[in-house]
Amino acid sequence: MSTDAAGLGRGRAVGFVLPAVVLIGVFLIFPALWTIYLGLTDFRLTGLAAADPRLVGVDNYAEALGDERFGTSLWLTVQFVIGSAIIGQAGLGFSIAWALRNRTGPVKRVVEGLVLLAWILPSSVVAFLWIALLDRDQGTLNAVLHTPGFAWLLDHPMPSIIVFNVWRGTAFSMMLYGAALENVPPSHLETARLAGASTAQQLRDVVFPRIRGHMLTNLLLISLWTFNDFTSFQITAGGPEGRSEILPVYIYNVAISGGRLGFGAAVSFLVLIINLVLALVYLRLLRGRRGVAA
Amino acid sequence: MTVEEGRKTTSGVARPAGAGAARARHAVASIGRATFLAAVAGFFALPLLWLATAPFDAHPTITASVPEFTLGNFRALLDNPYVLSSLGNSVLQAAGSAVLVVVLAALAAYALSRVRIPGRDALLYVLLLLSSVVTGTAAMVPIFELATRLNLVDTHLGVVLTLSGGLLPAAIFILKDFMDATPTSYEESARVFGASPLQILWHIVVPVVRPGLATIAVWAVASVWGSFLTPFILLRDPEKSPGAVILYTLYTEGGSPRLDLISTFSLLYSLPVVLMYVFVSRKYGFRFHGGIKR
Repeated sequence: MSTDAAGLGRGRAVGFVLPAVVLIGVFLIFPALWTIYLGLTDFRLTGLAAADPRLVGVDNYAEALGDERFGTSLWLTVQFVIGSAIIGQAGLGFSIAWALRNRTGPVKRVVEGLVLLAWILPSSVVAFLWIALLDRDQGTLNAVLHTPGFAWLLDHPMPSIIVFNVWRGTAFSMMLYGAALENVPPSHLETARLAGASTAQQLRDVVFPRIRGHMLTNLLLISLWTFNDFTSFQITAGGPEGRSEILPVYIYNVAISGGRLGFGAAVSFLVLIINLVLALVYLRLLRGRRGVAA
Repeated sequence: MTVEEGRKTTSGVARPAGAGAARARHAVASIGRATFLAAVAGFFALPLLWLATAPFDAHPTITASVPEFTLGNFRALLDNPYVLSSLGNSVLQAAGSAVLVVVLAALAAYALSRVRIPGRDALLYVLLLLSSVVTGTAAMVPIFELATRLNLVDTHLGVVLTLSGGLLPAAIFILKDFMDATPTSYEESARVFGASPLQILWHIVVPVVRPGLATIAVWAVASVWGSFLTPFILLRDPEKSPGAVILYTLYTEGGSPRLDLISTFSLLYSLPVVLMYVFVSRKYGFRFHGGIKR
C-alpha cells in the first residue's frame, strides 16, 4: 500500500517511525554491536580489568574456539536444537495438527488446551513442574513408571531437557501447522485418498508441497528460539558437570557468574554469527521455493 | 509411488475386496489416531498434575497426589514479604511494556504501511531476525553493561525498555500486515473533511485494527510475564523483582525448595496469563494472523 491516504507525508511518517526505531536501536542493535567490541577486550565484572579493560584483539575468540568446554557446549546445543526443535516440536506439532484436522468437539479442545497450557505458562513455573516431575525420590514420573530412585536429571540431563523443550514448545508448531493445513483444499486430499494413496503418500504429494513455506518459517523460528532458550538453566543450571550446559547457559556461567564479561561477549558474538547463518540458510531455502513457484 | 500411480493400481482391484480393505484400514487408522491423541494428552497433562494438586495439599511433596485439602498454603504465601510486591512488579512491568510496544508499534506500522520508504521490507526482515537473535542470551553482557551505564540497573524502566526493544520488531511486522489489509477509503474521506493524521489514526485506523492491537498487547504481556533472564540480570533488589524471579528464590534457609510456597505461587502466577488467553481466544479467536503466514 503506497498511496498516502491519510496525507501523512514523508516527514510525519518518519516522525511516527522514529520512537520505535530509537528504542530498537538503543536496546537491540547497539547491544549487538557492543558485543563485538566487548569480545575484543579482557573486560571483567570485578578486579583490575573491570576498571580498565584492555583490548586483547582476537584472543578471546581464539581461546573460545580452542576451549573444550565451548566445543562440548556447542555440540550439546546442536543436539538440543535438532532433537527438541526440528524433530521434537515440529514433528510432534505436525502430527497433532494432522490428527486433529477437520475435527471438532471435546477431544480437540482438550488436546489443544493441554498443549497450549504448556506453552503459555511462565517459564519459572514450568521449570518447577519439571523438577517435580523428574525428582529422584518423589517425582511423579518415577511413581508412574514404578522406577523409584531413578535420577533422570543426574543420569540423563540432556534427554531430560530435550523432552522438556518438546513439551514446552510444541504448541507453536501445532498452531502454525494447523493454520497451514486449512490451506490444503480438502478436495485434493479426498481425491488422493479415493485414488488409494496411503497417508504417507498423501503427505508427500499433496500436503507437504503446499505448506513448504510454513514449514520453513516454523523451523526457522523454533530453531532460533531453541538455540537461545534459557529455561533449561532453571532445571539443570547446565549440570551435572556441564553435561547439559547448552550455549546460553554456558555464556551465563562464564560471563555473569564467572565475571569474565569480555570472554562471554566473544562467545555471544559467535552465537550471533551462528544464528545469522542459520537464518540465512532458511531464508535461502524460502526464496528458492518462491523462485520455483513463480 | 506417487498418487497418480496409486490410482492406477487400485482401479485394477475388485470392488468388494477393495471396499473391505478400505474399511479395515479406516478402522486401524481411527484406533491409531485415538491412541496417539491419548498419548499426547497424557504427555502434556502429566507435568501439570502437580500444579493442580500441590497448592491445596497441607503437606505437599514433590509427587502429584490426592491432596489433604487446605487453603493454608495461600495464607502462608501471603506472609512472605516479597510475594505480593512481586506480583505488583510483574503487573507494572508487563503493562508498561505492553503499552509502550502497542503505541510505538502502531505508529510505526501505520507509517510504514501508508508511506513508501525505500528498503522498508528488507529493514523489517533484518529487524525481525535481529530481535529473535539478540533478545536471547547473546546480548546478555552488553545489555547488562548498557543498563549499568544508563543507571537503569534495579529500575522497572530498565526492564521495560529492554524487553520492549526486543518485542518491537515482531510487533511492527505483525501490525503492518493488519494495517495493509485495511482499506484506505475511510482515511481518504476523513482527510477530505480536514482531519489531521493523528486524528485519522486514533478515530479511524485504531478501531479497525483493534483485534491486531489486542493480539500484540496479549502477546507482549505474556512474554514479559514469563520472562526470567532480563529481570534476573537487571534487578538486584528483590523488592523490584517480578514473580518469575521471586519464584526462583523460594527456598528454605537450608537450601531446599519450599514446596508449599512454590506450588501455590506457581498456580497464582499462572492464572492471569491463562485467563487472558481464554478471554482473548473467546473474543477474537486465537490464531495466527498475517505476518507469520507467507
